[in-house]
Parts: sequence; C-alpha cells; structure tokens
Amino acid sequence: MFGYYLQLALRNLRRNPGLTALMIGAVALGIAVCVMTLTMYHAMSGNPIWWKNDVLYAVTMDFWDPQQPNDDKKPELPPTQLTYRDAMAVYRSDIPARKVIMHKAVGILSVDGQSAKPERVTTRVTTKDFFQMFDVPMQYGGTWSDAADSGPEPVMVISRKMNEKLFGGVNSVGKRIRWNDNEFRIVGVRDNWLPLPAFYDVNNGSLEDAEDVYIPFGWNVALELQSAGNTNGWKPEDVKNYQDFLGSEMTWIQMWVELPDRAAHDRFKAFIDNYAMEQKKAGRYQRPLNNRLFKPDEWLKVNDVVSNDDRILVGLAFAFLAVCLLNTVGLLLAKFLNNAPLTGVRRALGASRRQVFMQHLVEVGVISTIGAVLGLALGGLLLMGLRALYTFDVEDAGGTQALAHVDMTSVVTALALAFFATLAAGLYPAWRIGRIPPATYLKAQ
Amino acid sequence: MLEMHGISKIYRTDLIETHALRNFSLKVGDGEFVAVTGPSGSGKTTFMNVAGLLESFDTGTYKLDGQDVSRLSDEQRSRLRNEKIGFIFQSFNLIPDLDIFDNVDVPLRYRGLGSKDREQRIKSALEVVGLSARMHHMPSQLSGGQQQRAAIARALAGDPRFLLADEPTGNVDSLMARQVMDLLEQINEMGTTIIMVTHDPELARRAHRNVHIVDGQISDFKPFEPHDEPLTGPAVGAAMAMAPA
Repeated sequence: MFGYYLQLALRNLRRNPGLTALMIGAVALGIAVCVMTLTMYHAMSGNPIWWKNDVLYAVTMDFWDPQQPNDDKKPELPPTQLTYRDAMAVYRSDIPARKVIMHKAVGILSVDGQSAKPERVTTRVTTKDFFQMFDVPMQYGGTWSDAADSGPEPVMVISRKMNEKLFGGVNSVGKRIRWNDNEFRIVGVRDNWLPLPAFYDVNNGSLEDAEDVYIPFGWNVALELQSAGNTNGWKPEDVKNYQDFLGSEMTWIQMWVELPDRAAHDRFKAFIDNYAMEQKKAGRYQRPLNNRLFKPDEWLKVNDVVSNDDRILVGLAFAFLAVCLLNTVGLLLAKFLNNAPLTGVRRALGASRRQVFMQHLVEVGVISTIGAVLGLALGGLLLMGLRALYTFDVEDAGGTQALAHVDMTSVVTALALAFFATLAAGLYPAWRIGRIPPATYLKAQ
Repeated sequence: MLEMHGISKIYRTDLIETHALRNFSLKVGDGEFVAVTGPSGSGKTTFMNVAGLLESFDTGTYKLDGQDVSRLSDEQRSRLRNEKIGFIFQSFNLIPDLDIFDNVDVPLRYRGLGSKDREQRIKSALEVVGLSARMHHMPSQLSGGQQQRAAIARALAGDPRFLLADEPTGNVDSLMARQVMDLLEQINEMGTTIIMVTHDPELARRAHRNVHIVDGQISDFKPFEPHDEPLTGPAVGAAMAMAPA
C-alpha cells in the first residue's frame, strides 16, 4: 500500500500547488535557519583537533595581580597568555615532545619585480613545532629548523591561497619574498587548513581564518614585533623600549606543549610549578600557586568559545522551526479538511481509519522530505553568506567540501530533525482527518 | 442478508437532540431489490449510512450477512464495508483527479488484491456498465449518466453482496435515469441485493418492495404526493409487517 499512498500523496500535492508550496516553504525556512545555526554551533563547539586531545596542552601560569584575579568571573583561571620572559623560560624545557610559543602579527607582503600591490597579511610568529603539533598540512616544502628559530633565519611558510595569489599556485619553495621590507625565503607552502574554532589562539576570535604567513619566533627581537592580538598587563610599568617590553609583565605569547603520556604531563606540570616557585622567591607570582595545563576541549570550554549567546541563538532557531511547523500543521489541517469529502468517499469504499491515517502520513512524509532537502540547500546558502560575513576563507576550508566535512553531524541531525519534526507535526492533522465520520461529507460531495 | 431490530440513532448538539431513527426494524432478504422512500428529513439517509456501516447507532441490533456489526472495530467494519457493500451516490462521488480505471480501482486497493486480479475485475465491471472504451477518461470528460455508470462499476468491482444506492438517478436526466435503473435491475437479476433510496415513484415501483420512512420509522401511512401512485403487492405487505407497531 505504501506505493499507492505515495501516488496519492504526489497527486494531492499537485492538486493544491499554492498550499503545497506554502507548506514546503514553511518547513524549508525553519529547517534552513536550524541547519545554519546548528552548523555554526557545531563548528564552534567542536574540537578541531580531537585526535590529539589527550596529548596537546595549552600552558597557563598565574603570575597576575596578588590583589585580584585576571578574570573576576573565573577567578580560578590564570591568564590565557604568557609573558615573553616566562614563555622563553618554560620553552627551554625538554620534557615536551613538541612545544610552541607564538603570537599573531601583521605584516606587509610584497614580491620584488611583481606588479601586484604590497598586501597586508596576518602572520603567525611561531617556533617550528607549530606545524607538526597541530598537524598542519603542507602543499610544498616543509618548515624550518631550531636554528632558524633562534637565528633567526629569514625563512617563511605561506598559505596555499597566498601562493596562488603571488605565484599562480606553482611550487614557490626557494623564492624570495618581502615581509615588512625584510627579505625572506619561502621554505614551505601550507595546504588548505581551517581549524574551527581556531583553538590555538582564542584571543583574536575563534572564527578567524588561519594566517597567511608564518615566520620564526626569533624575529620578534630582531624586528621588535608586537602582538596583533591582545596584550594585557596587571600593573603599570615603565616600558621605555622593546627590551623593557620583553621583560615586562605584559602577556601576549601563547604556548602549547605536546606531552605524550601522563608521566610527561606530570613532569612538565612539576617543571612549571618549580619555575613559578623560583619566581616567587624573586618577588613575582604572588598569587597562590596556580599553573594549569588545558587539553584542547577544556581550553575551548574555559574560554567560552561557545558563548551563552550562541546557545540562546540555537534555542531561538528551534523556536523559529516550531513556529514554522505550527504554521505547517495549520496548513495541513486546512488542506486535509479541504479534501475531507474525498476521504469520506474512500472511507465508504472500505478505507479504515488506520489506512486513511497512513495515507495522510505518507503525504506529510513527502512534504517533510522535500522541505528538508530544500531547507538543507537553503541552509547551505545561508551558511555561505554567514561565512562571508565572518571572513571565513572558504578555500582554506577546502572549498565547498568544507560544509559537508565540517558539519556532517549537523547535516544529519538537521535532516533527521526536519523529517521527524514535520512528521510529528503532521500526526495530528492525519489523525484528525481519519476521525471524521465518513458519512458527513458524502451527501454534500 | 440485512436484519435490523430496534435501531435508534440520535444526533446530539449542545441544544437539541434529533431522533433520526426510532426503534427502526427492517429485514431484507438475499437477492431483494428494496426501494426506500420518504420525505426529506425522514431518516432515509441515516438508515443508508447505518446500513452501510458508515455511522454507528445508539441502540438495537444489526446483522449483516448474519454477522452482528454492533461491536465491530473500525478496522472490521471497514473490511466488511469493503467486501460486502457497494455504494452508489446521488452525486456519483467519483474522485475527480483519478481516471475511471483508477476510480474503480479504489475499493480493490483497500482490499489488498494483486494488480492482475484488480485489473481483471475493473475491466469486467466497466464492461458490465458499458464503459470499457472510457476507462482512461477523467470523470469531468463524462456525462452525468456515464459518471453514474462508472460509480456503479466501482460499486460492482468488489463483487459485493449488496448495493446501497442513495438517489442514484437524482442527478441525471430521465433517459439516463431509466438506463441506470435498467442497469440496477440487471445487477439485481444477477443476484446482488439492492437497497435504493429514491423520491421517484416510478423508480420505486420497479423495486420488489417499497419501504416508506417517516420520522425515523417505517410507516404504513403513505402521504399524498401529486405524482405518486399507491404502492401495492406482497413486497409492500412484507415491509409493513416488519414495521414497529
């Protein structure tokens, strides 16, 4: 009978094309908003490096104001960044299998002999392990050495997008490029990569693009670089020059370590605690000992990457879906009642209530399926628009595949939600039409 | 075939109760052709609906083909309706967006028959009513008389034990009405029991017996109608005998 019900459903939908379009439109709109919101929520609440969640740690140390915590709302947490002097000191530990200290900067990029205008680019000033620690894919070449970090050597990794813009996408390893008027040699081209959220630096917004340029950390001193992200301090300091800045209590360096097992974790934790105790003796670190290592998922959580506003937005999206479905219920009732005389004929000819219910439920199923597919497509369009607003680099995210890749769970959830929610919405009208006494409409037909 | 004893049916609203059938009793034997007459609002349609298992009743007993229907579930009533009863309506009640073939197919679908069996029955029923050549026409492409014949084919396709016809000639002209009536007589001669509601005395006279309903009861009082002629014969007598005192 399912095939017969399906035939009837398609025929009935064609009978009232306007009403059908309204119902499908209402479902699709509700689903689209839900898909968009859920996808964004999922992207922001996901862990983009889940496979290394147990070995990567963000390093935080509480050297802050002895009178008040860094964050009044979360007094138990140390600042999210380190001072340069602490970062350099802790970086010397050989306990971690890999370690990175870094910050975001901005530079002007140009290529000699090219007509293209110099371009302002986001840059990550980092030690070499950044790429291996975070499994950053490389299109061409590789990264730099320890010596290049400390040298510093004028080497650079650029993004695939930048490589395509400057060199037409060919292997540019070995080519020369200027960053803030200093010549660098390209040693690697990063492939498309967009960790969502950008867990490794939550200070600049977790939905930002990955940087286009990467240079060794040692260039901080040589070029007197400062952070393009947040720089915070807890006390007034007399900073007269760059050396004063490096030795100050200003926080602007992010640090991550890779600790392969619990023993390494404990040893490293002991190391930074010992360091803090030594600093206490020197008059720093006056707060109770409070150094913390956060796994990526913990890091995203304590930094409120998914804010309450986002959760409220998801709630509102579901409320909007509910309104759309309620409208659909009304339209379904109107449509089914409009067809009640024909249902009366079918009842007279032997259709039971169950059969009438099933017939109408299949019709609802067809509406919900079409609505879900349209809603998904519309949601995809809305998402692309939203990404453009957030300056997401779609190419970095792997082009159009990113949506499916990043949001497969959301897509499946939204589809299931669409189908079952509409089906649930159609239960009452389908049941109601089956309860109408068949004789009611036969004489009036 | 059909046996009703003391059937009552009351329609209730917040303000009033309407007694559509009062202590209604009737027995229709196998192969009979019974005409049901009565003024508007007398309960004819309610009787047809109850007889056709389209409506429940409040009191009394009703046996259809020997089976007490009063305690059947909706599923059982629907199956009984599908297998044993054929309906013919005044306004044909064909489904407008199905062609004649598919319209006749409707009751067979609900019976769960295979496609070959259904096709055979549909073609056979359309042949009986003379619409084989029009099976793929839409209802709107047929005249009133042809539509009613299609509706009769739909009622016949399931090979029912009896037909309930509610004013089957009410929406066709007199020539077509005679053709429809001829067809019903043929069907009856083939052994199908027919109960027909009609206002037309001429058609009523062609039935084996007449049952006259007034105020929800079978009446022995035949009101004067300008074109009416007295009903006579043993069938009328039998009907009167079943009427409550």
